[in-house]
Amino acid sequence: MSYKVKLEIFEGPLDLLLFLIKKEEINIYDIPIAKITEQYLEYLELMKLLDLDIAGEFLVMAATLMHIKSRMLLPPEELEAESEEEEDPRAELVRKLLEYKRFKEAARQLEDMELGQRNIFTRMNVEEYEEEKVFFEASLFDLISAFSKMIEGMPKEIFQEIIKDEVTVEEKVHQLMHMLLVEPIVYFTRLFENARSKLEIIATFLAILELIRLKEIIIVQRSLFGEIEIIRNDVNIKPKVNIVGV
Amino acid sequence: MNDEELKRVAEAILFASGEPVSINEMHEALDGVDGRVIRAVIEDLREEYVREKRSFRIVEVAGGFQMSTDPLYGPWLKKMRKSSQSNRLSGPALETLAIIAYRQPVTRAEIEFIRGVNVDGVIKNLMDRSLIKITGRKEVVGRPILYGTTKEFLQYFGLNSLAELPKLKEFSEADIQLPEEEKKEAVEGESSEEIEVSAPGETQRPD
Repeated sequence: MSYKVKLEIFEGPLDLLLFLIKKEEINIYDIPIAKITEQYLEYLELMKLLDLDIAGEFLVMAATLMHIKSRMLLPPEELEAESEEEEDPRAELVRKLLEYKRFKEAARQLEDMELGQRNIFTRMNVEEYEEEKVFFEASLFDLISAFSKMIEGMPKEIFQEIIKDEVTVEEKVHQLMHMLLVEPIVYFTRLFENARSKLEIIATFLAILELIRLKEIIIVQRSLFGEIEIIRNDVNIKPKVNIVGV
Repeated sequence: MNDEELKRVAEAILFASGEPVSINEMHEALDGVDGRVIRAVIEDLREEYVREKRSFRIVEVAGGFQMSTDPLYGPWLKKMRKSSQSNRLSGPALETLAIIAYRQPVTRAEIEFIRGVNVDGVIKNLMDRSLIKITGRKEVVGRPILYGTTKEFLQYFGLNSLAELPKLKEFSEADIQLPEEEKKEAVEGESSEEIEVSAPGETQRPD
């Protein structure tokens, strides 16, 4: 006989606690500490059984719950007349849970708003950008993002091949400069199309960085997360790199 | 320029702009026409569109005015779109975004304290989508980075300003203080499991 278990995946211990509180219809202002600790630990056991990764935060919470439980079992300390009553050991946890709950609720409301907005369109969303419109120089962050997307997009096989001939950054610099003499704009994605190895991709990327450093080229991105264009920097008419006939 | 002309010029400006246009920007483009007059003229346009049941309207978002389509026509426009819409935000992303929106400027550690989990991946995602930005550093030991929401955040959720965020649900401190008798019960009642179950949100008060 097989059992089907529907297990909710919890992102964190607070999530799990709120779930247990809701499920067992527990009053959050008066949590039965023993019961909830027991259920919490049971849940962790279930996660272990199903070979789920238990993040460290879950274990910290387990320890916290047990600590609270032990404090509640101890008799209240003999305090002097003037000193304040000791705070309920559960109070801090309850505060945390309530705070988290507030933001969960706020997140739900944001989600509704997000959904509502998806039915509304402005000129920004429907039109494609025209060539003459706003463009801005791509930041290093954009370049690195585009590069990592490129690497991700590469089929796995390329990385497993052992390429005999090595590609140097200098070669790639020459190649790129030559390409730019022929066409004024070179597209980022096109550059990597023919790359046959991880080494080649990295060499190309370093070549781009070097040329930016030498102010030979500028990089431009016309739309958010769009294609990156590599353009010859016409301010320098004479290229600093000597181009040997390719 | 008379009122009718002004109205049409304002309309043209709103039509031609992709981004929301602020009263100030319009004021400059319209050779110094008073802001209140501009606002009145835009109100006229809004009423006109409602009256004539146009498929678009003027909304006030991110501190400016923008022409946008009536949500009724969303389904058709979605089909028109060349690229697919951006993915909806995940639960953790929304929670983190909510914390940043209501508590900005806020550090990573402060966010993690509330959510109880690591937020590195989520923060990167929200930054990638330009919904949050770095607003500075907190002047404490370690000088941690502070995060806040962006103008794109307002546009994404259709808000005119942060003031339009729905109020956070309130829970008062008083709810958490337990009277003495309940405290004793809570301790002694551990083994007997005789906990009265009440609807969430209600505090138990002994009669």
